[in-house]
Amino acid sequence: MSHHIVEARDLSYAYPDGTPALRGVSCRILHGESVGIVGANGAGKSTLLLHFNGLLMPSAGEVRIGELPVTAATRAHIHRTVGFVFQDADDQLFMPTVRDDVAFGPLNMGLSPDEVSERVQAALETVGAAHLAARAPYRLSGGEKRAVAIAGVLAMSPSILVLDEPSAGLDPAARRRLIGLLRSFTHTKLIATHDLDLVLDVCGRVLVMHEGAVQADGAPEEIFRNAELLQRCHLEPPLSWQPRERWGQVFNL
Amino acid sequence: MSRIDAALHDLRSLDALAQRDTPLARLDARAKLITTLVFVAVVVSFDRYTVAALLPLALYPVALAALGEVPAASLMRKLVIAAPFALLVGLFNPLLDRAPMLAIGDMVIAGGWVSLASICVRFVLTVSAALVLIAVTGMHTLCAALGRLGVPRVFTAQLLFLYRYAFVLGGEASRMATARQLRAGGHGGARLATYGPLVGHLLLRAFERAQRIHLAMIARGFDGEMRSLRVLHWTRRDTLFILGWCAFFALARAADLPQVLGGILTGALP
Repeated sequence: MSHHIVEARDLSYAYPDGTPALRGVSCRILHGESVGIVGANGAGKSTLLLHFNGLLMPSAGEVRIGELPVTAATRAHIHRTVGFVFQDADDQLFMPTVRDDVAFGPLNMGLSPDEVSERVQAALETVGAAHLAARAPYRLSGGEKRAVAIAGVLAMSPSILVLDEPSAGLDPAARRRLIGLLRSFTHTKLIATHDLDLVLDVCGRVLVMHEGAVQADGAPEEIFRNAELLQRCHLEPPLSWQPRERWGQVFNL
Repeated sequence: MSRIDAALHDLRSLDALAQRDTPLARLDARAKLITTLVFVAVVVSFDRYTVAALLPLALYPVALAALGEVPAASLMRKLVIAAPFALLVGLFNPLLDRAPMLAIGDMVIAGGWVSLASICVRFVLTVSAALVLIAVTGMHTLCAALGRLGVPRVFTAQLLFLYRYAFVLGGEASRMATARQLRAGGHGGARLATYGPLVGHLLLRAFERAQRIHLAMIARGFDGEMRSLRVLHWTRRDTLFILGWCAFFALARAADLPQVLGGILTGALP
């Protein structure tokens, strides 16, 4: 199904003040692929993600979602195809109750109230948050907020999911649940993260970004073994691969 | 817990009350809103020296608070927070208006004092009615009702966002205040030189967050209209609620109930 292909062609972006954030990024992500995007702070991960949903428009190059180039004219359509989960769930949960918030997207799609209610219920059940429907978002825990934010996107039935730092700020149990949830999705997934262990668990492919460009693209197991590459890009091997003695050296124990 | 945290926590508690299932919570939000607006209009319409005739109107907030199981202590705390504004309005009345008005024994009370008392009574009545309204309805249902009554959506959406993000921004302000205090080296007092940048920083953060929220809204198909699943059902109980209370307000406005009551009592006594 070619309409689920995500493609960036020689994508460049500079912030309004002229600082370059992306320098000629090209990648092609196939239907159903799960791709991790890793890199240091400021490497351009989030900026790249925002382009996939038309929330930022490139200074040069183009982004295509399936047959469609992402432009101002196609943006409304792109928003239905590409679901975007933001880094800070508080930014995404702006409605007064969880149910209202998950219903926001489907209501904007012009669906009937009955269908919206069905979708809200189904999305909340998928993420295991059906019991939170009447709660106010500010009263939820970090893990619950993340689950509800994902439900809000799922309710729009996107075929592609884009997640920005989904495991940031979660406790270990909530992070484990999130990983299980992400693994259960058949969507094409793009996940920007510092959590290389999550990439190992969820993603079949990883893009390493450094200073606005893609430095490496391949299977996580291979790429995370390339010590020279990781060091150059301010990364470290996944924690589960690091022997405990290493920490002894670092902390001089 | 810092003072900002405590104030926010107190405000949240009001909304949590509205989540409970009381007979009042089941009424249509529009009925409660309209009745409260009529109540405020009636309270404000009295003559500036009226004190006693206003008192029977206290039945409305008191009855609503009792039926809605709103704790009095929580209401009082919020009234005290807002009280300085009312006092400021009437503060100079006793100085400017010295015409004798009442005599109790040898003590003569000037008109200014009477009008100050009147302002205070009106303040307590109107603000407590508004607080009880939020506590038995909830801010979001209230905004939905405002929308259905024809208030522009831009305004109701703004109100909702203000209510939602006051907590987030308050949390940020509270963390910044704590961070400042921890490094203030015992100089706990407010110093303009440090508070200026602090507030500026908070404003910039608020802008950034507003931008991110806007992006999140656009990403889910926002086109300028806030849609909601919330439906309001008008029943006969709502009509009765409005009519009953308005009849009482009209009676309290037309007749000086305490005086009538006093007349009956003294007339009945030999």
